Amino acid sequence: MKSLDELKAIRDKMQNQVKLRGENSNSIRVVVGMATCGIAAGARPVLNAFAAGVQEKGLDNVTVVQTGCIGLCQYEPIVEVITPDGEKVTYIKMTEEKAHEVIDQHLVKGKVVTKYTLSPDMLKQ
Amino acid sequence: MLPEISLNILDVAQNSIRAEAELIEISIAISTKSDILEVIIKDDGCGMTQEQLKKVTDPFFTTRTTRKIGLGIPFFKFAAESTGGSFEIQSAPNSGTIVRAVFMLSSIDRMPLGDISATIHALVTLNEEKEFVFTYSVDGRSFCLDTRELKKILGNISFNEPEVSKYIKDFLCENKNEIDGGAVF
Repeated sequence: MKSLDELKAIRDKMQNQVKLRGENSNSIRVVVGMATCGIAAGARPVLNAFAAGVQEKGLDNVTVVQTGCIGLCQYEPIVEVITPDGEKVTYIKMTEEKAHEVIDQHLVKGKVVTKYTLSPDMLKQ
Repeated sequence: MLPEISLNILDVAQNSIRAEAELIEISIAISTKSDILEVIIKDDGCGMTQEQLKKVTDPFFTTRTTRKIGLGIPFFKFAAESTGGSFEIQSAPNSGTIVRAVFMLSSIDRMPLGDISATIHALVTLNEEKEFVFTYSVDGRSFCLDTRELKKILGNISFNEPEVSKYIKDFLCENKNEIDGGAVF
């Protein structure tokens, strides 16, 4: 059995070098839709890919959060990237592979991956 | 459809979060002897009125405003009942909700449990302000993850610190493996 003692050892090791629980208002928010529609379309692996990727690359300025249904079920899994200035980019029909691309291009380099984004005429349908 | 029991659990737990629960208890109990897999999701959220409770298994009922159809609970109910199992919800305003689904383990129509460790890991690390108690038991052997115990040790250190997040993942995977001997349910 894996015990809680191991967690105590981790805590002691990192005592002085950690960020605290709670959200940073200056951060980029990655919002993943996790209602029935999102989950059915494959949002869980997408969410895990973002959470793991952000940790691996040490992107301290990025927070991954989840949300409910935003009413565009046909485009799920949907991921919104919201910068501190309030600008929002909506990625649709996401997969783990696309998530890695968005992490590398958008979150690290600041370049929007336009081939996966929602275009305005999609909303008119 | 949600093709894994664990995805149904993730979906129902999202309802608990939306109901502003503070404590969400998820239990999976497997008995090979009785041939059942029982899932219980219990929360202390806002609960439902008798009227809402009556309608909750109706796919054309939902409280959200972004779409007119709510399929989460009907999916879960159908998944359990189609195995010859059962499904029930108990709820009252301000006293939380309990969802209980029983699957016949050996039924050909039972969907697989799926990646429950990834599901619980996602719920725990992405909802740090909530408390979760996850219990997994197979034939009387069990393990439990209680976020209140983790927080007591960690203080203000975030679950999203890479080392802590990995510890939680390993805790779930390794202990599950020890309980079920790597069996795929």
